[in-house]
Parts: sequence; structure tokens; C-alpha cells
Amino acid sequence: MSSKPPRRVIPIKVEPPSTLTGEERTAVLDVCARLQELPGALMPILHAVQHALGYVPKDAVPLIARALNLSLAEVHGVLTFYHYFRKERGGRHVVHLCRAEACQSVGAVELERHAKRSLGIDFHGTTPDGAIRLEPVYCLGNCALGPAVMIDDTLQGRVSPARFDELMGQTRAPPVTST
Amino acid sequence: MTALKIFVSRDAAARSVGADETANAILAEANRRNLDVELVRIGSRGMLWLEPLVEVSTAAGRTAYGPVTPRDVAGLFDADLGAGGKHRLAQGLTAEMPYLKNQERLTFARVGITDPRSLADYIEHSGYRGLQAALTMEPAAIVAAVTESGLRGRGGAAFPAGIKWKTVLGAPGTQKYIVCNADEGDSGTFSDRMVMEGDPFVLIEGMTIAGIATGATRGYIYLRWEYPDAKIALDAAIAAAYEAHYLGENIQGSGKNFDLEVRLGGGAYICGEETSLLESLEGKRGQVRFKPPLPALEGLFGKPTVINNVITLASVPIILDRGADFYKNFGMGRSRGTLPIQLTGNIKRGGLVERAFGVTLRELLYDYGGGSLSGRPIRAVQVGGPLGAYLPESQFDTPLDYEAFANAKAMLGHGGIVVFDDTVDMAAQARYAMEFCAVESCGKCTPCRIGSTRGVEVIDRLVAGENAAQQETILRDLCETLTYGSLCALGGLTPYPVLSALNHFPEDFVKPVRAQVPA
Repeated sequence: MSSKPPRRVIPIKVEPPSTLTGEERTAVLDVCARLQELPGALMPILHAVQHALGYVPKDAVPLIARALNLSLAEVHGVLTFYHYFRKERGGRHVVHLCRAEACQSVGAVELERHAKRSLGIDFHGTTPDGAIRLEPVYCLGNCALGPAVMIDDTLQGRVSPARFDELMGQTRAPPVTST
Repeated sequence: MTALKIFVSRDAAARSVGADETANAILAEANRRNLDVELVRIGSRGMLWLEPLVEVSTAAGRTAYGPVTPRDVAGLFDADLGAGGKHRLAQGLTAEMPYLKNQERLTFARVGITDPRSLADYIEHSGYRGLQAALTMEPAAIVAAVTESGLRGRGGAAFPAGIKWKTVLGAPGTQKYIVCNADEGDSGTFSDRMVMEGDPFVLIEGMTIAGIATGATRGYIYLRWEYPDAKIALDAAIAAAYEAHYLGENIQGSGKNFDLEVRLGGGAYICGEETSLLESLEGKRGQVRFKPPLPALEGLFGKPTVINNVITLASVPIILDRGADFYKNFGMGRSRGTLPIQLTGNIKRGGLVERAFGVTLRELLYDYGGGSLSGRPIRAVQVGGPLGAYLPESQFDTPLDYEAFANAKAMLGHGGIVVFDDTVDMAAQARYAMEFCAVESCGKCTPCRIGSTRGVEVIDRLVAGENAAQQETILRDLCETLTYGSLCALGGLTPYPVLSALNHFPEDFVKPVRAQVPA
């Protein structure tokens, strides 16, 4: 009876093998379920995933793409376009150091040098104890009170190298609150 | 006995230098002394060198002390601050302080005065009067009032707001949008942030009026992630406005609808460019669009869209309240109204100065600013953000006016002024401008994407003295390509800081004489 050749199925992996933990996967799916109906939902979803997990894991991309009916390339393209989204885990606290002109005029270049040396890392790096991740930022809107730094969500002004060390000490000091 | 009313800013800049700690110390000290104190957290007055500024309500008005650290608090109470007591940090009546008294605050009328979390306070201080007026007018009459006021886009491009609105009003379509560009990425600017944190209702009112004027029923505020305090302030104000039927369906019984929400950016400078902002709002990479079509005809999700900067929209309520003529009577030439100017960088008295167009750079730098913070001579100022020109002392008498700045091969932009003293290396600033363009380029057009990186290399070779004359020719040629070949203002205006540095400060680009001695 069945003379028809077997139907060729192109194996599409709906969800490639993932390194996400069960909790991470649930968090990503929850965010998608909550926000996917918004017009232009991708940015709010990426923000919410980063807020929940501290970064946007590579393996979250297929889950988000499926929820929004987008290609992996589209989601990956957006994720990597914006400086704010972090693609790797790392850093219980994120320190954004302003590199822009107003801060330069009052010593941001020296502060940047000092920060990298005292933390022993370059931009986008995380200290070996996992406490601090250092990121550049181009203006925090604190241009009359520079040099400016943002530690997690808290803006700091008039940050001299000595003040920077003091702030890093406070940031590291227990009890450590994860962000 | 009535409570002693004390005001401390909750502005992010004030908090960055300890306003929260000072506020907590005030409450603790009042508690220790068994004093009845009502602490109100307000926006910043914009005298940022005095933050944390503490104001106390007295019979004569609010009197100011600053900068107040927690250690100073006990001494302030000892000085009987309720009666405007003498103290080494006393600044006198706030409204009489020259820095504030000599301003013309229209857009910033309430910032630093009202509680940004209180809709009642907003209404008590003339809030929502612009909307009340607008609700009695035909859409075309609202648009005409904005046009007649002479209001031009305060984001930097200075395009007449009324013309944008008129295009959207006339565009066919059932769904239209109002988008507020709150992606204030220019270094040396924070006026958007101060309004959003210090008087968020004025922006909501301005957007609501824009919606009624153009038939748009949905608004988005595209806010940069770097402003978490502004997000909190806006979300709280939007919730309060919904609660009181100033947003949502049937606004104040008028039958008009307007919904509003805040969306966060992702730290891309280019998203301050209106078309890439729209792309980002749609959930895409923030790459600029070709124009036409204009966003006014095919904007967000392809629908007619008004996209204006925060200050532009926040200036609308007073225009509707006081009339186009009132607003138009401020300013000079074709620059009408006021500009919130931000004095930043190496300046003694940095902060926000709202003045009618026409004030000169020199007045701002010395009369308001008090010269450099370091005490050294001011050598250069960059006006208009990272794409603005560097001006030398010889141009400090230029009045703040869009056309006067254009004639000086500079631009006013969003009104930010960054001050540099005589230790600045202008070749390094020119190199940074190219580097910034390379970091922030959206990558869509070649002059910007590739030219910026080549620009860094050419400046490096020029400064190293490798065939300097030829490198300068190449740099100028490259700048011409960027100016005329780029799709948007990022590539198109990067030559401003580069060439102004080269033209006004050529000595900084010369290889040190010592190194030029032949071996």
C-alpha cells in the first residue's frame, strides 16, 4: 500500500542543547511569558532577563527567539548591538566608569588608569574574587560633579582615586548583597 | 507647634555626593532633639556645587545651606535653622541667590521647588494648566500655538516643533504615536535627567498635550538605562497620573485618551538619533533609517509619530498655559524662548542655568560658573556634546543662539558646556572624538564605521610627526568624507570637535620640538 517514500523531515532543533540550569530556564521563560505581547518586546525582555540573572546567557537566545517568533540571528544581533547587555556571567557588582569629556576634564583618565591597576582588570573584566566587574560608560549625566562612577544602580560623584578605593572597599565588604 | 519643613534633593547628582546620608542625618538629629521635622525630598535647584543643599522653610521663604555633610547637621540645628540662623554654610534665601535669581526659569519653574512624587504639589504650582487650556482648543489651534511660540527641538537639531506636529496631525492613520527621546547621551548634559527626576509631571503633561494636538493615543518615553532614578520618578508619576485620570481613557472627562509608558535603552549613544531610537523601540538593532520617509509620516511601527526631546515636550505646558507670545518674547533672532544650559566639567560652580537665548558663553563661564574648578585659566570649552566644536577663548563672546553658533562653525546642541583648563591636550580630545565615533557607530554607513577608526590612526600618525603635513591633509579630507558622506549626525558631526581642535589649537598637534631634532 504505502508506496510513497517516507516523508523527509528536516530535523529542526526547536531548542538546541542548553547549559542553562532549570532555574535560569524558568526565569527566561517567565520573562518571555510576561512580556512577549508588548509591542517591540525584545528590549524589555532582554532587560528583564539581565535583571533576573545578572546577564543574558547565550542559551537564552533560542528561548527568546521562539517566544517572539524571531530568528536566532535577529535576537543575537540585538543582544550584541547594545553595550549594556552582558553576555557572560561575572561580577556580583558592576562598576561603570565614565570615560566622557566632562569627566575627562576633571581627571577621569587618571581615575580609569587607577581603577584598572587597583582592581587588576581591564574594562569588561571581573576581579578574581568575583566581586567587581568593570565597564566603561559614556556619560552618566553627572557632568558637573565628575569624575562619575555608577556602582550597580547608585551614582557617585567627585570620585578621586582615593574615593574610588573607599567605594570599592564598601562594595566588597560583607554582607555581600547580590544584584 | 507646626513641623519644621526641611528640603533635601533626591536628584541623582545630589545623591552622588551624599544627599541621602545628609537627609538621614537630619531625621536622626531631629529625632534626638525631639523636634517635629517634615523632610521633603525635592528635585535639585541645579546649584550642583552646593549639593547636598539643605533648605529650610522660614517666614521669609526658603533659606539654604550647602554643601551639608552629615557631620554638619548637628551644628545646623544648633544655629536655629528654623529662624534662618547664621551658619558658615548659610547661603541666604534660596530665591535671592544670584545664580538662581538671574535665571529665567520657564521649563524648570518647579524643579527644586515641588515634591516630584506629589501630583497635588504639581497642580498647586500651576501644573496641568497647559492641558486644561489644550482641552478647550481644536487640535490645529494647539499645533498653531506651538508653532507660533517658536519652540525648536531642544535635543540638538533645533527643528521647529510645531512643523513636526503639524505633519503628524495632517497624516492619515488611526494609530499615531508620541515618542519622547530621553536618551540624553551627550557628555556635559543632564537637563533631561533633572526634569524627569525633579518634575516628571511636566513631561507627562507635555506629551499628553502633544497627543491631543496630533491625534496620537499612545506615548513612549525612551529612557537611557544610565538614569535609574529617572525611571523610578517617571514610573511613580505615570502611576499617579493614571490614578487621577490625567492619563488613560477619557482624560479629565474630555473623551480624549492617552496611554504612556517608559522603555529603557541599552547604552547605545546612537539611539539618541531619532530613527535609530525608533528601531530600538521596535525591538531591533539601533541602526539609523534612511529619510524619507520622515518619522512624522512613517515612524514607530510605520505609523505617524511625533518624536521630541524631553526639554521640548516639557516646554509645551507653559506655552499652552501662558500663550505663544509669552514664550516667544524670550530669546533672540530665530532662537525663541529659553534654553536650560548645563555648566559642566572643570568649572567652579557647575549646574543648570536656564536663560533666554542670547546670553554669552563668557557670562555663563565666569558670572555663573566662577571660572575653572582647578583655578587655572579656561583654555577651551566644548559646547553641544561629543559632536560639538571646541571653542577657544576668542569665541567666548558668542551668544547662545542657534544661528550664531552655526556661523562660528559650532553648534548649541542640547545646551551642554564642558570646560577644560590649560592642562588639556587638544590632540587627545580630537583623537577621543574619533574613538567615540568608532565605539558608538551603528555600522550602517561606511564613512562613520570605517572613517572613525582611520581617523584615530591618522591623528596618531600626525601627532607622532610622521610626515605631518600629509597626515593633516588626509585628516581634513577624511573629515570632509565624514561630513558629507555619513547617514546621520554621528558621522556627520564628528569632524566638528576634530577640526575645531585642529584649527584653534594647532600647537597641540605638533610633535614636541625635542623629538624633531634629527639624529
